[in-house]
Amino acid sequence: MNETSNHHIISYAKLTAVWLTLLALTGLTIWVSRLDLGVNRVWGALAIASLKSGLVIAFFMHMKYESKLLRWLLFVALLTLAIFIGFTFFDVLYR
Amino acid sequence: MSESQHRDKAGATLGMWLFLFTELILFGGLFLLYAVYLARYPHEFAAGGRELNVVLGAANTVVLLTSSLLAAMAVTAVQRGEQHTSVKLLLETIGCALIFLAVKYVEWSAKFGHDIYPGSQRLLNGPQGESVFFSLYFVTTGLHGLHVLIGGTLLGFVAVWVQQGKIDRSNYSWLENGALYWHLVDLIWIFIFPLYYLIL
Repeated sequence: MNETSNHHIISYAKLTAVWLTLLALTGLTIWVSRLDLGVNRVWGALAIASLKSGLVIAFFMHMKYESKLLRWLLFVALLTLAIFIGFTFFDVLYR
Repeated sequence: MSESQHRDKAGATLGMWLFLFTELILFGGLFLLYAVYLARYPHEFAAGGRELNVVLGAANTVVLLTSSLLAAMAVTAVQRGEQHTSVKLLLETIGCALIFLAVKYVEWSAKFGHDIYPGSQRLLNGPQGESVFFSLYFVTTGLHGLHVLIGGTLLGFVAVWVQQGKIDRSNYSWLENGALYWHLVDLIWIFIFPLYYLIL
């Protein structure tokens, strides 16, 4: 079977480095949420959460090494999510 | 073997991701409800958020991130042919899942103890925003907890199959997809934690 040869193997060291980054970002998000930033705290927390999920998807979920098709599908799914959350929210906010 | 059994690894991965997209949309709906009601009841949401235990939430974040690392390592181990290491890593992942659920149990028990649960006297007589906040809290963390339970069970089966050699370096779609499901559980919590525990 040569299936395995064309599949990327992510080393333990790399996975551990991603994990350490995720822990650091968790600390950062707790620290930011303690600051008196008003509504920016929400955007800051969401930005850090997005960055963290990007790391999880790219490395833990191997998306960085997947086919172009799969990456496009992910993009479309996230765009759909953004549209239906964003548009509904703007409608509610400025009604 | 390769003649009798046809396997499509790319197809298996694609199918799993399509399922994960539907999960994202499912939880996306709950986050949308959260956003809309946060805009409508900012003060009640802030009061509700302060009732949640940040230390337990942060602890569970670390537990889930660690479990995700272990699950990703289990995939690497099988790809390298290290079957026993993979089984060990999977069992540790399941251990993390159990710790997460135990912490969740403690949290929910404390809420029930303070007369906070759907339909409780306190929420029925209190402001409407508070009731909405805790309803969303219980639905979102409850559905997420159910996913933890399902994911942990799935990884349990996968661990047995790796142990038996049914999953190995030439055929590990079940392991990879089980791990993908587990990472999704982690992914959802990455958003639940700041939204419910931190920013309010």
